[in-house]
Amino acid sequence: MNKTWLIIQREYTTRVKNKRFLILTFLMPILIVGFIAAAGYLAISGVEQRSIAVIDPNGFIKNSLKNTNQISFSFPKDVDTNNYKQKGFTDILILPEFKKNEKTDYILRSQKSMGLMLQESISNKINKAIEDQMLQDAGIHQSILDSIHSASRFAELKAYEDKGKSSKESNAGLAMGIGYASGLLIYLTMFIYGAMVMRGVMEEKTNRIAEVIISSVKPFELMMGKIIGIGAVGLTQFILWIVLIISLTSVAMGFLPADVQTQVAALQQSNGQMAGGGMAQASESAVKIYNMQHTIATANWPLIIGCFIFYFIGGYLFYAALFAAVGSTVNEDPQDAQSLMFPITMPLIFSYVITTMVTQNPNTPIAFWASIIPFSSPMVMMARVAYGVPSAVSYWELILSMAVLVGGFIFTTWLSGRIYRTGILLYGKKVTWKLMFKWAFKKG
Amino acid sequence: MDPLLRLSNLKKYYATQKAVDDISFEIQKGSIFGLLGPNGAGKTTLLRMITGIFYPDGGDIILDGKPFNSIDDIQKIGYMPEERGLYKKMKIGEQALYLAQLKGLSKAEATEKIKYWFKKFEMETWWNKKVEDLSKGMSQKLQFVITVLHEPKLIILDEPFSGLDPLNANLIKEEIYNLAKKGATIIFSTHRMEQVEEICDHIVLMNLGKKILDDTVTDIKQQFKENSFLIQTDNEVTIHPNPIFSTISNEKNKILVKINEGYQSNDVLKYLLQENVNIVAYNELLPSLNDIFIKLVENTHATARAFQNN
Repeated sequence: MNKTWLIIQREYTTRVKNKRFLILTFLMPILIVGFIAAAGYLAISGVEQRSIAVIDPNGFIKNSLKNTNQISFSFPKDVDTNNYKQKGFTDILILPEFKKNEKTDYILRSQKSMGLMLQESISNKINKAIEDQMLQDAGIHQSILDSIHSASRFAELKAYEDKGKSSKESNAGLAMGIGYASGLLIYLTMFIYGAMVMRGVMEEKTNRIAEVIISSVKPFELMMGKIIGIGAVGLTQFILWIVLIISLTSVAMGFLPADVQTQVAALQQSNGQMAGGGMAQASESAVKIYNMQHTIATANWPLIIGCFIFYFIGGYLFYAALFAAVGSTVNEDPQDAQSLMFPITMPLIFSYVITTMVTQNPNTPIAFWASIIPFSSPMVMMARVAYGVPSAVSYWELILSMAVLVGGFIFTTWLSGRIYRTGILLYGKKVTWKLMFKWAFKKG
Repeated sequence: MDPLLRLSNLKKYYATQKAVDDISFEIQKGSIFGLLGPNGAGKTTLLRMITGIFYPDGGDIILDGKPFNSIDDIQKIGYMPEERGLYKKMKIGEQALYLAQLKGLSKAEATEKIKYWFKKFEMETWWNKKVEDLSKGMSQKLQFVITVLHEPKLIILDEPFSGLDPLNANLIKEEIYNLAKKGATIIFSTHRMEQVEEICDHIVLMNLGKKILDDTVTDIKQQFKENSFLIQTDNEVTIHPNPIFSTISNEKNKILVKINEGYQSNDVLKYLLQENVNIVAYNELLPSLNDIFIKLVENTHATARAFQNN
């Protein structure tokens, strides 16, 4: 045990001290945040300005076509398809006279073709204007219409789960997000750190140090030391990422205007109801932030984090052992590794595909079985757990899945240990899965 | 005196061949022992059983009077495998420290000993270098230091001189003698016979997994001598056929003879003196281990047997 500890220390410190680890750990969150910020910035500033001349014989469309930061609408009298360019417009929109219950086309001519999003937003606006006009024609007054619109804008679906007597607010979108994110994280971890274990084993083999070490420690100790050491590196990286992302987010929150911050705080205290006059007093952005925070708070975080850590470690141990076994059988040729890795990467990729399905539909038979079988359970069960325990996943399912995973990684570790101890000292022989199977189950 | 290592009926069978087939021998404390054999004779497999890397399929290993137990006895053994290997990216000092700690030394002990050996081999400036920056000979020296650092009772060296220049080879050779003098037992596995002749007290020759020779170097040479003598004379002479010996060659005042059965070397001298031959030198020609090795191993298809392990 003492020696395994030495190996863990070496595996951990050589990797954590490595420049690449430091760069990746500190750059990744900055890159992610930077990427999101850049995407947001581009979405705002990078768009082209359109100035559209509208020819509208109806008259009622005008009120609905409001200028946005991207499009400015004008309603000039003397513009047609021949001269809109000279007059300084990028597009011209020609509307026919709309008649009741009659489908007609309207035409957009542009110097440069218009993106789908813009086209849709324009057609939505026009259709809505026509719809409003029809309602007004049917006798509904404009002020009634406005109040209907503003009311429907504030209404949202709040789903509740019934658990015995109490019911709890649930949020499918959030569950999907958490399920998908944690499934993806576990998937990436297994790939990245599993491959790291494999490379580490291969390194020992190709450096020919394996035999020196095996004369001091048991092959199993060496393998476990490596798996645990690299797992600890992965865990360290994750913890650092989480800390960095949380601190970056709180720094970003600090940049919000002071009045928005106080409003958010007030909303939190009053549980979403603003005193004296209701929501109207809070600015729109404060309400949005409050809603986001409120939604996030509806998830059962202790359960999700607990399960995440369990499946993260369990899934890692399950796959890392297999990757170690493959690494031990590889000779100098890295192509061998590719073909031997295939049976391990296949279930991983397959599990990922199932996970994306399960995030939308957590209670299908496939979801159940995939969350029990240890090849896929770390990812798939996380996707299901996000929907709530015991409402989406019953306790016995969760316990069964965990137990099978523990049994699974004990089995893969045992199996890999047997392949590893033979493979690590073998050179110059092409190893097949059949041969590995033989090593694993021969006696002695 | 009790032997340090006693192997009895040791066996290791692989699916297609008997890598080590019923081998028994003893190694005395403080001796330098040569384990010889052509490629694929089973030397590495045998050594791996002694170092606890492989479990024997049969037979016993008694180390220092007790049955060998790979967990407790690891510290008593220093093994330098033929396949040399170190972590290329790790600093030399840290690497030596790590490997010594794996052998069971405490950090302080290990540091002290590494400093001693590094000083001895003039390697002190290497501490912060990486192995990938070392020449082959340098890393060989490092490997040797790592092997003997924890003062093992049994030191197993598989081809210790391969890749070393004569200067460094001599340095290592001196160290091997020193360690033996201090009481360490050394197993020296090689197929370089001239080194064995020079260094080893006792040898075992293996072929096709079996032991075919087990004796001291002098006794083996006696055993395989062909009663050949080299006579040097001061001028050219003609030797007439005689019953005592037959002449194999006679060139440039050097006569190579083989004594016939029933006669002693003195009979040759007597005969030559009678013939009034002026003898300048008279030596017995002992076969080299190389000759014995080739003679014994030839025609056994030893080279066809590649190392296998499944």
